[in-house]
Amino acid sequence: MRSFAGGGLPSDDVIVRALRAGDEAMFAALLDTWSRGMLRVARSYVSTDHSAEEVVQDTWLAVIGGIDGFEGRSSVKTWIFRIVVNMAKKRGVRERRTLPWSAFEEDGGNSAGPHFDPVPPGGWTDPPAAWPTPEGEALASEVRGMIGEILARLPPRQRIVITLRDVEGCTSDEVCEILKISAANQRVLLHRARVAVRGWLADYFESVGQPD
Amino acid sequence: MKRFTCDELVDLITAYLDDALDPTEREGVRAHLACCQGCSRYFEQFRATIVALGDPPPEKLPIDVRDRLMSAFRERRPS
Repeated sequence: MRSFAGGGLPSDDVIVRALRAGDEAMFAALLDTWSRGMLRVARSYVSTDHSAEEVVQDTWLAVIGGIDGFEGRSSVKTWIFRIVVNMAKKRGVRERRTLPWSAFEEDGGNSAGPHFDPVPPGGWTDPPAAWPTPEGEALASEVRGMIGEILARLPPRQRIVITLRDVEGCTSDEVCEILKISAANQRVLLHRARVAVRGWLADYFESVGQPD
Repeated sequence: MKRFTCDELVDLITAYLDDALDPTEREGVRAHLACCQGCSRYFEQFRATIVALGDPPPEKLPIDVRDRLMSAFRERRPS
């Protein structure tokens, strides 16, 4: 049995051939590598952990059933993430938690709230307060537990884009391919989402009080 | 080199980090960040936000779901 622990996954050709041949170690490696991200993606659309798990399960069943027909027009990863997005979206609509995707065309618009324009025209009247240092590591551990709740406040399209890009580490090309959006649109949604999340983190640090 | 106001600059951070600006814009962003304390702090916090997002709590497919999927794979594609 091969193990992929520590190393990355092999190339798509190898993955596809192995899955078609019934290689269980390969299937297990994909499950263990991508399910986490798929759960987070699913949760952007559906209302409960249980729903997200079902969406991910159904996605993998679709992968098992569809691997013979996979044509390699996209990478295996973007193919699988497209399936999970589509399934989660449908399920979300069914749950009436979200509206159809097309209803969100505007949600990168004016709804982003107080942090959308951090700087007034003319420059900083009130420059951002310092965050606890060292910015980065300490911050990451402190806010880890808040991430899920913070992401849930974002408009749906911003939420899925920032989840794919910044939480899952997809490239912008992958995100465009998974969501079928333009690079420019992807960047606008990502930027607005980051502006909002930074703003909420700033509020949090202000509320817990600053040293100095 | 392009010159940016602070409100223009903060709108360009994601494009800057994605290396999607043209060279004159990129230079303009660098020059502005080098001399503007408000923007450079905002920029560092923006980057810290991205780092924090990339370090979410661990998450796992429940073991029964994983087992079910492994059986489904096995049944469908006997090796």
